[in-house]
Amino acid sequence: MLRLQNIHKSYPIGQQSLHVLKGIDIDIQSGELVSIMGSSGSGKSTLLNILGILDNYDEGSYYIGDTLIKNLSETKAAVYRNQFIGFIFQSFNLISFKSARENVALPLYYQNVSRRKRNALAEEYLDKVGLLAWADHLPNEMSGGQKQRVAIARALISQPQMILADEPTGALDTKTSHEVMQVLHDINDDGITVVIVTHEHDISEMTKRVIHLRDGLIEREEKRDLIIRP
Amino acid sequence: MFDLDKWQEIFETIRRNRLRTLLTGFSVGWGIFMLVLLLGAGKGLENGVTREIASDAINSIFIFPGRTAEAYKGYKAGRRIRFTNDDYELIKNGIPEVEYISSRFYIPGTPIISRQNNFGSFSIRCVHPGHQQVENTAIDLGRYLTERDLSDYRKVAVIGRRVRDALFGEGVNPIGQDIKINNFAFTVVGVSKESIADAGEEEVIYLPITTAQRIFNGKNEINRIIFTMGDATLDESKDIARRVRQLVAERHHFNPKDRQAIWVRNNIENFQEFQNVMMGMRIFIWFIAVGTLMAGIIGVGNIMLIVVKERTKEIGIRKALGATPNSIIGLILQESVFITTISGYLGILLGIATLEFYNSGVWLELFQSFNMMQGVDLNAIDIFYNPSIDLGVAFRAMILLVVAGAFAGLMPAYRAAKIRPIVALREE
Repeated sequence: MLRLQNIHKSYPIGQQSLHVLKGIDIDIQSGELVSIMGSSGSGKSTLLNILGILDNYDEGSYYIGDTLIKNLSETKAAVYRNQFIGFIFQSFNLISFKSARENVALPLYYQNVSRRKRNALAEEYLDKVGLLAWADHLPNEMSGGQKQRVAIARALISQPQMILADEPTGALDTKTSHEVMQVLHDINDDGITVVIVTHEHDISEMTKRVIHLRDGLIEREEKRDLIIRP
Repeated sequence: MFDLDKWQEIFETIRRNRLRTLLTGFSVGWGIFMLVLLLGAGKGLENGVTREIASDAINSIFIFPGRTAEAYKGYKAGRRIRFTNDDYELIKNGIPEVEYISSRFYIPGTPIISRQNNFGSFSIRCVHPGHQQVENTAIDLGRYLTERDLSDYRKVAVIGRRVRDALFGEGVNPIGQDIKINNFAFTVVGVSKESIADAGEEEVIYLPITTAQRIFNGKNEINRIIFTMGDATLDESKDIARRVRQLVAERHHFNPKDRQAIWVRNNIENFQEFQNVMMGMRIFIWFIAVGTLMAGIIGVGNIMLIVVKERTKEIGIRKALGATPNSIIGLILQESVFITTISGYLGILLGIATLEFYNSGVWLELFQSFNMMQGVDLNAIDIFYNPSIDLGVAFRAMILLVVAGAFAGLMPAYRAAKIRPIVALREE
């Protein structure tokens, strides 16, 4: 359902250009739980941006389902992001002056869903992550784990084909990290593709497939049937 | 479409940044307040001066005799020109554009005006019936002078309202009763009022010129000639004034170019000049007012830039969640337009309230009660008459505000739309 073919990407740095991705081929099937690992400078952030339609690439092709994602206008990219992808970020990225409910409902606002309907849906998803009681709270009244769960509910509400998580546990302690991973597993069990970008081994060990990135190329891939459940 | 959510977003940002919004709004509100005040003051000045001018017909020419400044055809310089009824006839018949015409004769010395035991000091104008149109005199009671009054040498008078008030008492109907001028009795046939409140012009007594010349030993002498020119243009009026000089110069043997022999006051020309001055003033006022407003707009633009900078991360999140560039632009623009429109509207209201306060005259009493108006000539204040701005101007100012708000928000909004979500999200 997600296909990267020979993706190249360079950034201009002054007169020269920095070749970050040097031909990436990845195929991810529907319902997979994948982690992309790499140290800083390996190109994993760039890859994440391309996967998330947050940035363009220079060469190759990227398909989500049958849709070619290439050289999109800002508007088109925004629509695809909204439709296909749910984001989870290291720093949660909740809007600070909006309640948990409003934060979760925001993606539906950009789908022109009526206020009443999206608030009802938001409560449903907050319930799924166990935070219905916190619907009226502002983000700064919640713990890190709670914030990330709100962010997950927000990522899920538009029923995306893929959840893209950028270091989802980077700002959390081990116990909370495991809780968050548990939620991601539950999502995956419902059949949603989950791609986690991380540099933590114990996180990647909880996924069925690990793609190791190094210097802009795929170094190796691991697949395992038995994974450590959080 | 009314988008409740967008408005809630805007109110939320405003509520969270009260001081900033207040200061921004103040700069625009102040700008539009100054605009209204300046335009109102300009209008007031214009109204005040127009009122002075409009007490005479603005299409009139006044001619007074003077003294020759140069020798001409054997006549010495410094010769005094005297007008007689013949000059009146000369202009009446010699200038085809003449519409209404009257000459004026002033009774020599200081005439004593009385009714029973009431005395008063008023100016007396001995005129032709055409004087009514020439001076824009309106009739409150009775009638104005007629040709029959003149041809029959009737001893009748039309008196101003204030004359009536002084000699007969306020509200008394004096028609048919007599007043005495230097012991000659004149029967009041009419009471005049000024069409536009001009107190001085209501302290006048009008007499038939023929009667007055005969009774007060005026012979055939007159002191000035006044006529109107219909809808003559400025150029036509200048040509008429030139021909008047020509005609009178020929009869009295002076050089038509001698500016001091007779004085010709062309009110069309004066009015034109006045209008030019007013136009200049209006442009100047708009220039200043729009400048003030511009400062406010730039202030709003600045604040919106800061807003965008502050909300970079939030905008990045929104974009990641599927906000299109247009929806981001809309968000910023709408806030900017909202702030400018509301504060501008308040500025307009405050400006109009200030003008109304001036008009109400309450401030005058207030100042007087504190003895602050001592030595101030109240007539000088009169030059500002009914300062106001018409609804059209207020409406245009409103439109200007909305456009200004949009303009102020445009650059910041464009910046916001350009924000790349990934950069915004990484920003801590």
